[in-house]
Amino acid sequence: MASSWLPRWFYQLASPRWCYSITGKLIPWFAATGGLLFLVGLIWGLAFAPSDYQQGNSFRIIYLHVPTAILAQSFYMMMAIAGAIGLIWKMKVADMVAKSVAPLGAALAVLALATGAIWGKPTWGSWWVWDARLTSMLVLLFLYLGVMALNSAIESETTAAKSTAVLALVGLVNIPIIKYSVEWWNTLHQPATFKLTEKPAMPAEMWIPLLVMVIALYLLFGLAMMLRLRNEILRRERRAGWVKELLGS
Amino acid sequence: MAFETFADFLNMGGHGLYVWLSYGLGLLTIALCIYLPVIQGRETRRTLRRRIQRESIKS
Amino acid sequence: MNPKRKKRLIIVLMIVFGASAAIGLTMYALSQNINLFYSPTQIAKGEAPAETRIRAGGMVVEGSVKRDPESLLVTFEVTDYENKVAVQYSGILPDLFREGQGIVAQGKLDASGTLQAVEVLAKHDENYMPPEVAEALQKSGKMPLPSKEEFNK
Repeated sequence: MASSWLPRWFYQLASPRWCYSITGKLIPWFAATGGLLFLVGLIWGLAFAPSDYQQGNSFRIIYLHVPTAILAQSFYMMMAIAGAIGLIWKMKVADMVAKSVAPLGAALAVLALATGAIWGKPTWGSWWVWDARLTSMLVLLFLYLGVMALNSAIESETTAAKSTAVLALVGLVNIPIIKYSVEWWNTLHQPATFKLTEKPAMPAEMWIPLLVMVIALYLLFGLAMMLRLRNEILRRERRAGWVKELLGS
Repeated sequence: MAFETFADFLNMGGHGLYVWLSYGLGLLTIALCIYLPVIQGRETRRTLRRRIQRESIKS
Repeated sequence: MNPKRKKRLIIVLMIVFGASAAIGLTMYALSQNINLFYSPTQIAKGEAPAETRIRAGGMVVEGSVKRDPESLLVTFEVTDYENKVAVQYSGILPDLFREGQGIVAQGKLDASGTLQAVEVLAKHDENYMPPEVAEALQKSGKMPLPSKEEFNK
């Protein structure tokens, strides 16, 4: 540990054993609060939030569409950052994180695209248009699928981790393109309802359940990520003494 | 409550198909994303346990 | 940071910046093709090709919608508050179609400069609100209309 400008937990993270035990402790909390918030957000959004003056009740799809779209992008950033840490510090756990995140991100991107298409039909009048926002979101899905394919095509774990990290980092440029597509180009998709500098373009009775759903999905997909990570740790560390000790008893 | 009756709730002002299709897909995907790694983990632990037992008998 | 890691960090940064620069420049060069539609101003300037299928986007002008009582034929104008384009369309309009609403129409510009549309899509904005709020805004005349920038990027 030559350089110590990084916090201690960063180095602890490098230990698969420490990661396995900490995620084991976090999982029940993520499951309980995530499940509860998801239920609250679901019922609130579907039955209690007001309908939109123009779109009526099809507006309720927002409570699934926006959280999945946000998560699909932040999981991509997580995958790319984990990949970069794996490349720079040669940290095995970071590679495992990147590998565990990819299929979940792909599922989220599929959900965001599917709910968007289903929402687009009654609102815009079309399932799909090739505008900049929709196309860049489709590219995000293909990046996830590319990372997954590359991961399974390369036999050596370290080579696979290296190549997927490079692909993930190259694809990182797509994230600002998705975000700003609605501001840079003429699109059918409307601009963001939430901006960091302005108050949201919808009343509180509409955005509070949306915020609840965003937090709930972060927790539930965080849970799914930790479950995958633990499986990956066990699989790769199967020869390690601590795994034998843990499962042997 | 934004709806008067349960039938209104299901109908979603004529947009029922779109809303319920979205939420059906969403619930299914989220459930699978959590359930699949759980059963996969069970399987991994079972095979590893068996291997460890075999090795301990051999030695 | 030890020199080996520093070197790898620099490589990672070079990958990210290199890819960003390459893709950024490509997108900049293609920016006109990435736009989904032409604005009425661009069409007035003759930037949109005639006799090929294009998309035009703008706000439906208040009082311009004329429906043929015998058929599905409808004519209206779209504007970006600077120029107007007349649109003729025969078919089912989206539920959200109304005056003061942003739309994107796909079709060909004819000799008179009218867009003969084969598809009309509603382009709603980011302002969601319950019906009561919308009613109150309508009454006080404070209902937000799509901005000019919405159609000119």
